[in-house]
Amino acid sequence: MASVVLLGPQGTSPDVGAVLADLGITGKVGLVRAGYQERESEDADMIASLGVPAVNLKLHARSVEVFRDDTELTVAYQARQQRLRHIQAFYRVRLDKIEDAGKTISVRYVEPDLLEMEEKVSVDQYRHIDADHIERCNAVRSVFDMSWRFVDRPVIARHRDELRRELQGAEALVIAGGHVASLLNRLAMFDVLELVAGKPVIAWSAGAMVLTERIVLFHDYPPYGSDIAQVLDTGFGLAPGLVVLPDPHRRVNFDARAGIQRFARRMAPATCVAMDHGARIELEDGTIVRANGVRLTTTGEVDHDWDGSPSRFSSPFLRGVPL
Amino acid sequence: MKGASILALEAGPRTREAVDGFFATQRFPIVEGNFITFVWRGDAEAVHLKHWVFGLPSSQQLTRVEGTDVWYRTLQLPPGSRVEYKLEVVRKGHGEWMQDPLNANTARDPFGANSVAHGTGYEVPSWIQPDPAAAKGHRDEIWIDSKTFGRRGFGLYVPARFLRSRQYPLLVVHDGHDYLRYASMATILDNMIDRLEFADAIVVFTSSPDRLREYADDERHAKFLTEELVPFVERLFPIDQEPQSRCLMGASFGAVASLSTAARYPGYFGRLLLQSGSFAFTDIGDRNHRGPLFDPVVAFMNRFRSDPAAVSERIFVSCGMYESLIYENRSLVPLLLSTGMDVRYVEARDGHNWENWRDRLREGLSWLMPGPFLHVYE
Repeated sequence: MASVVLLGPQGTSPDVGAVLADLGITGKVGLVRAGYQERESEDADMIASLGVPAVNLKLHARSVEVFRDDTELTVAYQARQQRLRHIQAFYRVRLDKIEDAGKTISVRYVEPDLLEMEEKVSVDQYRHIDADHIERCNAVRSVFDMSWRFVDRPVIARHRDELRRELQGAEALVIAGGHVASLLNRLAMFDVLELVAGKPVIAWSAGAMVLTERIVLFHDYPPYGSDIAQVLDTGFGLAPGLVVLPDPHRRVNFDARAGIQRFARRMAPATCVAMDHGARIELEDGTIVRANGVRLTTTGEVDHDWDGSPSRFSSPFLRGVPL
Repeated sequence: MKGASILALEAGPRTREAVDGFFATQRFPIVEGNFITFVWRGDAEAVHLKHWVFGLPSSQQLTRVEGTDVWYRTLQLPPGSRVEYKLEVVRKGHGEWMQDPLNANTARDPFGANSVAHGTGYEVPSWIQPDPAAAKGHRDEIWIDSKTFGRRGFGLYVPARFLRSRQYPLLVVHDGHDYLRYASMATILDNMIDRLEFADAIVVFTSSPDRLREYADDERHAKFLTEELVPFVERLFPIDQEPQSRCLMGASFGAVASLSTAARYPGYFGRLLLQSGSFAFTDIGDRNHRGPLFDPVVAFMNRFRSDPAAVSERIFVSCGMYESLIYENRSLVPLLLSTGMDVRYVEARDGHNWENWRDRLREGLSWLMPGPFLHVYE
């Protein structure tokens, strides 16, 4: 049985029920809808689409209770989140400067091979700044974790006990999409993945993103014109070596070959997979055993028939920033 | 200069039937590629096109098609343009200004309504139309007893999904009631919030009975906003008090009021949206051609230009290319950038009017206070 399955958006014709059936899951599953925030409990249609009994773990509502009942933790947590938001904003400013520098250099009248080399330097700078950003986010979280271990907080421990009971007998965990940061933080607060260790995890959209090693925010058509993809944070790493890009038909400009190339090189050696409705990646112990999706390649081409083969990155100029 | 349709009319028999046929088959004004032809029909001594396109003569005479009662004027109109205009029909030596009777497309402003011409490619944005699926924010009118200005009312917008347990950013709008009336701002907020493009925000719509004075770098106005109005709203609602969560905006003199308030209280408003600001300045001396109402603006801008500072963090500036203020706004942008502030500047082929400001709101608001669209993957 596959241990992790990533899916594209479910939309109005969900395929998650078919996936559960393929996996032979017929019993109860735990459902995470924390990405829907205040709409978390509006779960009737989603549960019906699963085709199996499901218990909504209501992590968002539980977090609201935690913030209400544990005011000391809440103050510290909000301060941490504020700091992370500032760091994200400053990282975003730096991305702009790299983008500007790359653009300025790219229009110089010099030998093409020099421009090509400079493009690789730009990619290298992106990679460096991405890695640095993740390191800084991790440092902020580490400092927080040293003083505020979630599992030691009585109110969280109580919720974890409840969750453990609710997950007793569950055959799998299903993680829906929604607000990716909200989802990541709630899953981390209650350490839900520890509670279902060894059981299959099926996730889509934002749910799929949080299971990878790096969560990347992206949108080629923002309302303000254009934007640069940005790393948000470290994911739970159950789907290693992948950068998941849900809902690409609304968010990714597949015709922008240079942009695709730069993004794929920036994320290498991870494989960048755009996942629309119907896309599916199955992993066993962190290794892809079956997949269909759209792979963005380091040459700028878009492989619409990607079947799970790993990405190959060939630039000799990367300095091997640890990912 | 004549458009193809006028040439065809002139080449025809010029009978009443032929002219009737011409009017029955055309939409007015007639847009042909990069040209637009304004048409009026009737008896008159003269007909003039009155418009507010800076760079062109503001009054242009229409020509009569000989042997008919058809008057026309063809102008070049670049793609994407939007122009507001009126016609002046002169009879018995007296000119009467009117909306174009052949054009149902009008735009309202505090002085009435103008006819509107759209160049090739301009489309009224879909996001300004009420969306039945979008949750509607709650609107109210609140009063504040101000030590500075006495009792004043302001409009309030509270997002549909408001929860007391959350912290909200705050947007303060100069000439707010006009933004609601003439720029569809409540509908735009509903749509943008529903589509996750703009943050769930508390929005305050202020208006002034003496805006030309109070908005022209008036110390009292800045004090009212920062020491009375915002703290008052913060007592009513759970407002995030970080500068990044406070935005001040306005158009024309309202943009001046926004920038000058930020200059008086640096770092208080971390976001500014400045539309077609009346940022008059002089490079030498203090006399300006815009009249005494602008004197305090010129004094402020000259001070700011001589010692520009990062008074906010992120500023969105927009201006119409057909405005006389385009020079001042273009001049402001490098100055703002030199301070290290994050600045985005957008121009449109439009004039100094409410629909220009309306059309730029989505881009400006989503950049200054984005909603969670970048974080939500369902």
